[in-house]
This record gives sequence, C-alpha cells and structure tokens, in this order.
Amino acid sequence: MSTIKIPPVLRPSTGGEKHVEATGGTVGEVLRALTDAHSELGPQLFAEDGSLNRYVNVYLNDEDVRVLDGLGTAVVESDTVVILPAMAGGT
Amino acid sequence: MPTGSELIKKAKERIVEVDPKDVHAAFAGGSANGTVLVDVREQQEFDQGHVPGAVHVPRGHLESRIEGAAPDKAERVIIYCASGNRSALAAKTLLDELGYSDAQSMTGGITLWKDRGYDVEVPRALNPEQRERYSRHLLVDEIGLEGQLKLLDAKVLLLGAGGLGSPAALYLAAAGVGTIGLVDNDVVDLSNLQRQVAHSNDRIGVPKVDSAEISIHEINPDVNVVKYPVRLDSSNIVEIIEGYDVIVDGLDNFPTRYLLNDASVRFKIPVVSASILGFDGQISVFAPYDGPCYRCLYPTPPPAELAPSCGANGVLGVLPGTMGLLEATEVVKLIVGAGDPLIGRLLLYEALSATFTELKVRRDPECPICSRDPSEISDEELGVFPDYEAFCAGAG
Repeated sequence: MSTIKIPPVLRPSTGGEKHVEATGGTVGEVLRALTDAHSELGPQLFAEDGSLNRYVNVYLNDEDVRVLDGLGTAVVESDTVVILPAMAGGT
Repeated sequence: MPTGSELIKKAKERIVEVDPKDVHAAFAGGSANGTVLVDVREQQEFDQGHVPGAVHVPRGHLESRIEGAAPDKAERVIIYCASGNRSALAAKTLLDELGYSDAQSMTGGITLWKDRGYDVEVPRALNPEQRERYSRHLLVDEIGLEGQLKLLDAKVLLLGAGGLGSPAALYLAAAGVGTIGLVDNDVVDLSNLQRQVAHSNDRIGVPKVDSAEISIHEINPDVNVVKYPVRLDSSNIVEIIEGYDVIVDGLDNFPTRYLLNDASVRFKIPVVSASILGFDGQISVFAPYDGPCYRCLYPTPPPAELAPSCGANGVLGVLPGTMGLLEATEVVKLIVGAGDPLIGRLLLYEALSATFTELKVRRDPECPICSRDPSEISDEELGVFPDYEAFCAGAG
C-alpha cells in the first residue's frame, strides 16, 4: 500500500481524510485506486481522456511525476504520492 | 612614575618607526604580502577614513583581537593611528608582551599620510543608533556590516498588506530593509485582526497601506515606505514593480499571481511566494532564470471549484504569521546572499500535524514565459491564461 497525501481542497471528497492508502504498481494505478474508492475525485484528477488534469501536480515522494514517467512511474509500497493543486490564498 | 609623554617617548625609542611614503610604496596595490597594516584608532575615526588595505583593531581591543588580524607573529605589522603616538604604544605592546617580532609604527599617523596626498578610503558605515539597533545582525557572520548595508539599500515590494504581508512587513522593517513598498487597495476590517498583525483595532476603516505604514514606522522609523493603494493589474504592474529587488507575494487570487509571475520574469525580479488555506501553507522562491517560475510549477490555474481563492475561506490566524515569516526569512537571505534560498523547492507546511514536506520544482523547458528571453515577453502577454473571466465568475 502506498500513501497518498490529500490536499485541503480535495479533502471534502475523501471524507476529510488527509492520508489515504491505495494499492498499485504505478502512480496511475494508485490514483485510480484512490478515485475508485472516492469517486468524486475522478473528474478532479483526471481529464476525459484519462490523462492527469494539467492543474494537478502529482509527486512521487519529492519528485514531480512529469519529470519521471508520468502516470506510468513505478511505485513501491513505501512511497508517498503527493497531490498538489495550486493555492492562492494570502490574506 | 613617568609622565604620559615620557612613556610615549620611550615607546618610540623601543620600536621602529616607518615613514608614510614607505608604507604607501609597500601598499601601492592595496595590499602587501607579508605585511599587515593595522589601524588602532576608535571606530568613529576609522569610519571617517583610513588607509586602503588597513584592518581595524581599536587599541582598546588590541590584545584580544590582534591575533585575528595578524595571526603570524613573525610577519611585519605596521600600526598607525592619528598622529603616531597610540600606534607607537601599540607596537611596543606587540613586541614586548604579545611576542610579535616585527611591529612598527607609522610616523605622523594618518594625518601625515593625508598631508602627503595619499588616498584615504571612507567606508560606508552605520551611525551609532544603527549600530545599536542592528547589533544582533552585526554579530552574525552571514549578515555582519556588509549584509546590514545591503538590507538598508534593499527595496522590497509587498503585494498585499494582509495575512502574509503583515508579518513580513513588520520583520523586514525591523531587519532594516531600507525601502518597503506596499500594494493593497483594501481597508482594515474587524475580521482581519484575527491574523493581520500590522493593523489594529483603532485603525478599522483605515486603508491597509496607511495602517501598515504606521506599524512599520513604530518599529523602525528609518524605513522608507512607498504606498500603492491600488489593485495590482496589467495596467499598473510594470510601473509598480520595476526597480524593486525582491517581491513578496501575499496575493489572494490566481489571476494576479500569474500576472505577477510573468512581469517578474520579464524584469528578472525574484518573487518569494506563499499561500495559505485552513491549516496548510506553501512557500517557494521563484528566481527568474535561476530556477523555475510560478508557471513551471502551476502551468494552468485550477477550475473554480478547486480554487477557493476567490471567495472567503477559513484560515488559522497564526498560519499567515508562520508563512509570512518564512517569506521574510527568504527575503533576507536573498538580499544578503546567505544560505540556500527555496529556489526550485516547494515547502509545504501542515500546521495540524506540525509537518513540513519539501518537493522539487523543475524549470519547464516549454514554459510559455520563462523559456523565452525576457525581451520577448510583451505587455499583452502578461498574466494571460484561458478562461480567466469564466474562472472567477464561476467562483462567485
């Protein structure tokens, strides 16, 4: 099981959970397991063609999956997947 | 007991005196191998002008500091003062009590040096009040006098005088940042005071730039505050940001963050950027062309339902303090050139779990803005992204 860190704006879709465990051999599989468990997250993370939405950054541990193998990046059990949408609050 | 003048006479008999012309010849290039030139006058005298290449060791601190300035006791040490008396006594101390083998005194001191028409270096210095005010900075090697002068010369622009801008403004003012620009078109509201510490109860209804200026001057009256009581937009951004050394982004919406990014890349001004929501904060430093820009990290803004920036949202009152002070710390580091700024790194802070997470941020070789030469970025392109109107309309 890998751990997925859920950002504040997506927590309403995970029942408030900040960390969700999910199984998969790649980043894509882990995220699909997440959206299978929390269906509201599906359209927030994925575009209709199955690719990641451009406004969602996904990190495997501390590295952006865009500079790795994208959704095909291999994941091992001890890995943490971080979902990071932009935030703009300043006041 | 000998009189003072007899003591000085005896010292001069004991030591070797060297004429300014020989010192000038030895230090023609500003330094001389194997010779250390030491000015033993008081701080104020040294600050008014000294021989180029001289190190300053006030006579009162001679015994405790000379070994730092002249560690090799076999080397020649030439000492001078105003007229040659204090330096003769100091040279005798070095020879007789501190084990130096070749300590000399410059005849006639800096007075004769100047009479001969030789150059004098007048260093930039802090006045006595500044030396006291910034004394804890002066004691830190990474800042010191040089760093403090850089802070005093620095111009920092704060975008927003709210949650993030308040603590940043106060601490940057306290740190001695010479010019602080404030951009905010809002007035102080009671609901701001849970976190916006530059404002106060008796200033509700007052423009935030005016209120923050009062707080800044209460902590450091020397700060030059430049107020922009406007909303930053594409019509004024170029005029406002040009000339600032660092920008602190405490903006509360995406469109202006993209606008700021594009303009700051064009003018190559580093932006210390933080954002907050609930109990979570993010911070990074976007240094144009040295590291990624905001668009490299966030190529497009999220849709309205995932961008809670357009409406009012809850935030732990302390959180903007934490994040605003991390911003202020990065600003000081950038100005004095110390440490490793958060360039190419995004730091996430989760207050409830008290954890920090660091993520790498890479430059995007296809970034629509920072992959290009700054001169190619036109006014019309600043802050442009698709569906901006729909984006904020959707957020209500």
